Amino acid sequence: MRRLWLILALLPTLAFAQMVTRDGVTLTAPQEQRAEAIGDQLRCLVCQNESIEGSSATLAKQLRVIIRQHVVAGESSKAIIAYMVQRYGIFVLLKPPFMRLTWLLYASPFLALGFGGLAAWLARRSRVAPPAPLNSAESARLDELLGR
Amino acid sequence: MDGLRRRLLFGAPLAVAGLGGAGFYTILRRMQDNHYDPHALPSPLIGQRPPAFSLPGMAGGSGFSNTDIMAPPRPMLVNWFASWCIPCLEEAPMLMQIAKTGLPIWGIAYEDKPDAVSNFLATNGNPYTRLAADSSGLTAINWGVYGVPETYFIDTGGIVRSRWAGALTDQIVAEELQPLLARYS
Repeated sequence: MRRLWLILALLPTLAFAQMVTRDGVTLTAPQEQRAEAIGDQLRCLVCQNESIEGSSATLAKQLRVIIRQHVVAGESSKAIIAYMVQRYGIFVLLKPPFMRLTWLLYASPFLALGFGGLAAWLARRSRVAPPAPLNSAESARLDELLGR
Repeated sequence: MDGLRRRLLFGAPLAVAGLGGAGFYTILRRMQDNHYDPHALPSPLIGQRPPAFSLPGMAGGSGFSNTDIMAPPRPMLVNWFASWCIPCLEEAPMLMQIAKTGLPIWGIAYEDKPDAVSNFLATNGNPYTRLAADSSGLTAINWGVYGVPETYFIDTGGIVRSRWAGALTDQIVAEELQPLLARYS
């Protein structure tokens, strides 16, 4: 019985075993995973080809802290990303959304396919039809000419 | 028909290469004369008022909050800078020159210490009408500041009309700041 009480008393520490501290914020492992997934989608504005998660710039570290604080506060990933877009514009997103500025980028494979198809169709259409096979009178004349 | 196809086969790739070349040439030329910067980010604050903030004063300057710049009597600049930032050092003479023309410049020292800022202003001159300190850098994040120096042009309605990331140059003042002043004064 005494042993059982001891185990029960120690149970909450199991939860702490799963806690991680990143950039000075302590959070649970799933929370950290969610924070990393958010940070991976966001561009570091100082080193523009790195994600916030992968950059060692001071600003990226500050933004990682902010993301984690919001995750701990229970905010949705969508809301946290919107928080960043509101401050830094859509450029902060490593994958740009489909919008007026980016539709041509997303449409370009289909446009290329369309142009290619059009070119192939035009080439096919302009191809000269092969001549009809010779009829018996024509082949007789050909044999005659060739002296066969 | 065959002649046309041959000409197309030769001409189409040539036209694509020619257009691409012209495009790259234009981009490079515009980059060279500072009319195009591929790293530049448009500020989402343009057309809006700065977000709510309240910052203490620093180095003898009086701090300010967003309500102080909601309706300035005349257009003004808000300049984010730091004593540890090399481009800010390069920008200092230009800010002094602008301040002399009577355009108010309010400064915000980004992640800096009072002594270092006092030193910086004593050495390079103090162009700031008011001077606040954002020691944590959190207000900067709310403004979307991603480096120092950054300068915001605010009109008499308190609306941000332009943002320059990096040091202000003669070219920016002549080609962008002067027209803004002419339009919003």
